[in-house]
Amino acid sequence: MTNSIGELEKDSRCIFVIGSNPTDNHPVIGMKIKKNVLYNGAKLIVADARYTDLASIADVYLPHLPGSDVALLNAMMNVIIAEGLADQAFIEENTEGYEEMAKVVSSYTPEYAETITGVPADDIRKAARLYAQSGPAAICYAMGLTQHSTGTDNVKSVCNLAMLTGNLGRPGTGVDPLRGQNNVQGACDMGGLPNVYTGYQAVTNEAARAKFEEAWQVKLPDQNGLTLTETINKAHHGDIKALFVLGENPMMSDPDLHHVEAALKHLDFLVVEDIFLTETAQLADVVLPGACFAEKDGTFSNTERRVQRVRKAASAPGQARPDWEILCDLATRMGYPMSYASSEEIFKEITSLTPSYAGMTYARLEGKGLQWPCPTIEHPGTPYLHKDGKFSRGKGAFSAIEYKPPFELPDEEYPIVLTTGRSLFHYHTGTMTRRCQALDEHVPEAKLEVHPELADKLSIIEGERVRLSTRRGSIEITAHVTERIVPNVVFMPFHFTEAAANWLTQSDLLDPVAKIPEYKVSAARIEKL
Amino acid sequence: MIRLTINGREVEAPRGSTLLQACQLNGIEIPTLCYDPDLRLAGSCRMCIVECKNRPLFLASCVAPAEEGMVIETHSDQIMQARRVILELLAARHDFSCQTCDKNGDCTFQDYCYEYGIKESSFEDGGRRIYTVDDPNPFLERDYNKCIMCTRCVRACEEITVARAINVENRGHHSKIAVAFDGYLEDSPCVFCGQCVMVCPTGALTSKVSAGQGRAFEVDRVLTTCTYCGTGCTLELNVKDDRVVGVSSNREEEWSPVNKGALCVKGRFGWDFINSPDRLTTPLIKENGEFREASWDEALDLVAQRLQEVKDQHGPDSLAMFTSARVTNEENYLAQKFTRAVLGTNNVDHCARL
Ligand code: SF4
Ligand code: SF4
Ligand code: SF4
Ligand code: FES
Repeated sequence: MTNSIGELEKDSRCIFVIGSNPTDNHPVIGMKIKKNVLYNGAKLIVADARYTDLASIADVYLPHLPGSDVALLNAMMNVIIAEGLADQAFIEENTEGYEEMAKVVSSYTPEYAETITGVPADDIRKAARLYAQSGPAAICYAMGLTQHSTGTDNVKSVCNLAMLTGNLGRPGTGVDPLRGQNNVQGACDMGGLPNVYTGYQAVTNEAARAKFEEAWQVKLPDQNGLTLTETINKAHHGDIKALFVLGENPMMSDPDLHHVEAALKHLDFLVVEDIFLTETAQLADVVLPGACFAEKDGTFSNTERRVQRVRKAASAPGQARPDWEILCDLATRMGYPMSYASSEEIFKEITSLTPSYAGMTYARLEGKGLQWPCPTIEHPGTPYLHKDGKFSRGKGAFSAIEYKPPFELPDEEYPIVLTTGRSLFHYHTGTMTRRCQALDEHVPEAKLEVHPELADKLSIIEGERVRLSTRRGSIEITAHVTERIVPNVVFMPFHFTEAAANWLTQSDLLDPVAKIPEYKVSAARIEKL
Repeated sequence: MIRLTINGREVEAPRGSTLLQACQLNGIEIPTLCYDPDLRLAGSCRMCIVECKNRPLFLASCVAPAEEGMVIETHSDQIMQARRVILELLAARHDFSCQTCDKNGDCTFQDYCYEYGIKESSFEDGGRRIYTVDDPNPFLERDYNKCIMCTRCVRACEEITVARAINVENRGHHSKIAVAFDGYLEDSPCVFCGQCVMVCPTGALTSKVSAGQGRAFEVDRVLTTCTYCGTGCTLELNVKDDRVVGVSSNREEEWSPVNKGALCVKGRFGWDFINSPDRLTTPLIKENGEFREASWDEALDLVAQRLQEVKDQHGPDSLAMFTSARVTNEENYLAQKFTRAVLGTNNVDHCARL
């Protein structure tokens, strides 16, 4: 997030939620948004193919078809420019590339966008005016925006919209990706990515590499590595021979599980370190038992860049050990001695190599934690980025972006759009929540949300078991007939191994830049059993 | 600043304070039941009454403004007597089953009854209304036989969670907290966040997941960060005999900066996977398609040897690591260091994109 969670509760005068269902996925953020809207008079715009809890209290609800985000956002900008609502001063002072962007956007009239998005032109106008005219406005998005073949374009469009209206660098404004998992932010910050070390220092940058070579006393590779999805593909082709999986469950979380399964089975050697014998661990050659968050010390970084302490509360079961101890032990056995007395000692090494974390210590994290960038020991941390419109690379760059349809459009054989997401009561691959008695008792199975019109057409009734198929495969699932979804789209949560959504999603066609698979749009077919 | 006299002592308080705030600011404790600093004022329980010179009636200090020159008594005999009556009236609808109550030792109402010497109520003739304790949801127990109608749960539900699932039904002696049409929580807009449990000053609302596993005085509370979504809420793991038995939350912004004690259903009720019998407790090695238990030495030697073999035969870029959005920063750091420095490849990623 460029801004802080707390600002959504009071400072934002307008909140635009697109491709995100915070009351289910980030519930405490959802509560704050609701409070702001219902009690503090903030305006709310919700764009989603599902009529979410927030949609029900929105000033404008835009049920755009999955994959039509760019068209919708371009049309909003079209209105803002046409009606003179853009923040000219901000654009002139802080940005570049406005002309090219404006040229592309000029052909996206609301009427044209209506034909792509299915959203009435007047609602697009209303949303554009609300966003531009209400005062400090924030945009919240999540996987519903990024898990598309055009995910990178979608995110750039959102940034365009914020810059066009000067909604950056002040309390209550901002572009706020809501990160799904507790430490996604931290995993990225720590260099758990194929192209960067900690703090986004590029592995191809010689100075950065030299610094890490010096600190780690070893020669380091100078080429970008493979992303997760590329790794799976390479494993499939036999180019990746051995894989170490630390606390991930690609056999549930990755697209097209047939493909993942074949790839993992093709490996010469698979090690999985986890707290349960996950679907992935079952395929492993060696499984190492890790400690869970309650059994170790450390830090997590949340979606607003706040680094907070994790504290050991109880001992790990049996011989399970914290992952950091296991990694040290293994490195040492492989001839590279690694040893730390505590997680705090590791944190010291991190801060010595990571400018954005440099001012942090465990002592300073007590209480409220610290939001990065926090470059020095006196620095108070940074609640919102781009203060006064200052961007890290000088000027904020507009991108001129044309709408591209999703890779897989419905056709005669697969006439329906399948989209996937999360349930309030479960988490990710279900590894943990399916083993929480109350959560699993409350929501024991996946349900496919189907609009009454579609249900009628297929003569499906509430609670009926149906077969849901895509070009990748098919599963059986219980139908839930609800008006909360637009007629030609169906939705299912992805936490349930008995009906894992990712047997159906596709993995060949990735967003060309971010390499994100298109989870949110698959062409599908429903049949009665 | 205004000046006033409390219990014979001259004190100062900022203009616009309530009497309760003026007292708290000056280290004078006033008992409260319906008052909650984060919620709209109710001013209904009257536990917080104080005596003010030249005013005929006692003032509920949580709602009464502090005024220049007031002369206040907070613990006079008369006030103590009046509070006893108030507690007795409340006790008339309270089922004192403290022996089996999960709130025993952590119950504001019990504390006051102890302090003011309330054993049973002399108002109980005609019998206490008995409520059935029956709500099939798996998360929270609602035992309105212990409810004292402070309405904090209703306000927390409305103001913190903004779910508006529960309300006050009926009036006077027959009033009670209920969802619409007196139904079950599962059929209401309830999202099972447990904010109502957090604010309840009695044992009327408790966690079913923690039931019977440890009372406040038996557990240690360890402040930590939620393991589920990226919001990063602060919560307290309740630990008894080296075992996590529940979750509570800290409502001070100083300690809970993101959520001020508010949690969602996963944070508050989704902790028992920690004790699941399915947890992995020993390294496993697959032989002939079956897992067998192994020692750490054996397992790690095997992993080290196999990774080294692949590296020697096929080069470092034939190796890869998936690190995790669920492990700590320190572990992510070591995972990428291990991949880059030991395996010798930049093939490290995690499911940020998934
Ligand atoms: S659990 Fe949350 S939503 Fe349900 S009644 Fe209590 S406060 Fe309201
Ligand atoms: S259930 Fe608890 S919080 Fe709610 S009114 Fe009764 S005593 Fe107060
Ligand atoms: S309590 Fe809920 S909202 Fe808060 S971090 Fe945990 S899962 Fe997210
Ligand atoms: S605490 Fe003041 S009236 Fe209840």
